[in-house]
Amino acid sequence: MRRHVTAYGFLSAALVVFAVFSWYPVVRGVVLSFQQVNFVTSPDWVGWENFERLFADPLFAVAWRNTFYFTVLALVIGFGVPFLTAVVLNELRHAKGYFRLLVYLPVMLPPVVTALLWRWFYDPGPGLFNSVLRGLGLPTSQWLDSSGTSMISLVLVITWANMGAATLIYLAALQTIPGELYEAADLDGAGLVRKVRHVTIPQTKFVIMMLLLLQVVATMQIFTEPFVMTGGGPEESTVTVLLLLYRYAFYYNDFGTASALSLILFAVLSVFSSLYLVITRRADS
Amino acid sequence: MKKSAAVLLGCVLVAGCGSGATDGEAGGKVVVNINGQPPQTQAFDRKVFDEDVAEFEKLNQDIDLVPHEGFMDPKTFSAKLAGGQLEDVFYVYFTDPAALIARRQAADLTSYVKDVPHYGDIKQELKDVFTADGKVYGLPTANYTMGLLYSRTNFTKAGLDPDAPPKTWDEVRAAAKKLKNAGVTGFAEYSKSNQGGWHFTTWMKSVGGDVARKDGDTYKADFNNDKGEEVLRRLKEMRWDDGSMGEKQLLEIGDVQNMMGAGQLGMYLAAPDNVAAIVNQFKGKYDDYGLAAIPGQKGTLLGGEGYMVNPKASPEKIKAGLKWIQWKYLNPDRLEHNLRVYKDRGQPVGLPIPPIADVWTGEPRKKQEELKGEYATMPVKNFQAYVDGSDRTKGSLEPPQAQQVYAILDSVVQATLTNAAADHAALLKDAETKVNAVLAQVK
Repeated sequence: MRRHVTAYGFLSAALVVFAVFSWYPVVRGVVLSFQQVNFVTSPDWVGWENFERLFADPLFAVAWRNTFYFTVLALVIGFGVPFLTAVVLNELRHAKGYFRLLVYLPVMLPPVVTALLWRWFYDPGPGLFNSVLRGLGLPTSQWLDSSGTSMISLVLVITWANMGAATLIYLAALQTIPGELYEAADLDGAGLVRKVRHVTIPQTKFVIMMLLLLQVVATMQIFTEPFVMTGGGPEESTVTVLLLLYRYAFYYNDFGTASALSLILFAVLSVFSSLYLVITRRADS
Repeated sequence: MKKSAAVLLGCVLVAGCGSGATDGEAGGKVVVNINGQPPQTQAFDRKVFDEDVAEFEKLNQDIDLVPHEGFMDPKTFSAKLAGGQLEDVFYVYFTDPAALIARRQAADLTSYVKDVPHYGDIKQELKDVFTADGKVYGLPTANYTMGLLYSRTNFTKAGLDPDAPPKTWDEVRAAAKKLKNAGVTGFAEYSKSNQGGWHFTTWMKSVGGDVARKDGDTYKADFNNDKGEEVLRRLKEMRWDDGSMGEKQLLEIGDVQNMMGAGQLGMYLAAPDNVAAIVNQFKGKYDDYGLAAIPGQKGTLLGGEGYMVNPKASPEKIKAGLKWIQWKYLNPDRLEHNLRVYKDRGQPVGLPIPPIADVWTGEPRKKQEELKGEYATMPVKNFQAYVDGSDRTKGSLEPPQAQQVYAILDSVVQATLTNAAADHAALLKDAETKVNAVLAQVK
């Protein structure tokens, strides 16, 4: 019994922290979504008004479209690159540690530092990329300064900054694959592509699926990079849902509408999180 | 989901913190929390502020001032108010009062201001910034209009006369071209963080237009017209036809100040406080910069600062707070003392910034002008074009729902500066629809 008391003691600390910093805010956020507050007088209950204001805002649709576009681009570029990098790293026979460190290094940079660094890379004038392109006699790009290339430019930054962690997870998964499977594939005459397709991918599919869902959840909350690098521009091409939420809360001081948007985002992300739970449970069983 | 939970948590913590202004009395004294105290890094300003606090408390034994560093930041304002951390007397830019009044986040001072000495000598248009439906919610303490800040050094380098800055937008374009040929960016303009919309508004006023007009009881967008087209055309000409605005866009004030401080820029639109900011930040010289009136001079954006009072403050705190504001910032009887302090300690006197607050009419204004000439310590002629032009140029205020309007107009400026083929008519029409939707919410 005493052992249980100790266990419940430890558990209660966690429960209190979760209740105060996680569950209460979620409940309070839901309530705020139906209120207008000025923090001086009592909150006004406004029904669905905050949601109606959101749906009437032309930026609402733009922000969701941009967020989904970003997510798709991040999956196409940011999902495949770490996997391929992990496969290549797994095949290396020399300087393994050095290359792993190299791949992981950007993860250790604070996101704002990364964003500011890349802002200079992307500078259409004396920036690194255009200087190199000019030096090679190739056409330059406006990068962040064009609505056509701004989003993909952000995706490249995020892929570079975050691929290290995903690569290491893939690498760990790859190393759990029994070597005899590859030997059997070799005996059957399989080349590299067929080995990846018929051995590597099936053997790591749970990890791939989990990382995919985690990446969807993370990329749909993209904020720091557009906030620091573009402010949502040019021409609103990089206004994401979280950036719009930030504007409502901290530019317009409209916490009710900000909470309403947060609630919608919460609902959308819950779908992906539920899928994640289902898959991890299936993997466990 | 971590970030959305964090934002939700932020909103909730803001909503859920304790409430109430700071405790009222200590040892029989009225305790008043004030902000606006300069940081330690601005040693001179900090010293003057602290000396003033000590002197005020000596003169008013029943008041205990508790100074706090910093100014009102719209991003943290609600959190401080909800958490009971908002000062009793807080600093605001002219951009802020309208929204704070609409949200009932400032104390009604109507019955108190009649006892504020010299209140009647303050410019009416500045008092209007803090007035709604006949009620007064704050006091203006400084005022400026937007002008053209230029690098005298780069003007000389480009073969331009630094004593004859551009007066029209055509002259700005011609000067920007010469500056570009001299190897620096001729003219820079903001287009990010709502600052593009803010400056677009200034441009509109300079060509005789505005971004919003009163239409009966409500407001309507007023930039989808030949004036709006003119502004975008002029920006396009400099950006794309002449290439005199540099390649990098999506700039904001910090970027442009850096460019000017680093000697890479010729001109940009700015208020006088930018000169001091650049000189202080980059250890430059006032001789290197000049300030001219807004090009076109058909109108300009009126800016400034003032103080408001916490809506949770008690009547005693309100009275004591107003006494401090008047004594420190709106006191014609201390004008000469303030100027002498600045001059004796080797600080610049002569720029239209503190300690010279351009808020007065009548006798205080006359007295201030006389004293300013007497105590000037810096090349006032470098800024004379601004002073002369500003006197002739009518300043007017920002539109209602300014930040939301600016956010929409940011896109118009961004498109013009980042897309050579931008369809200006379509941009203005689209922005007009969006701005009208925002203005329709103004009550």
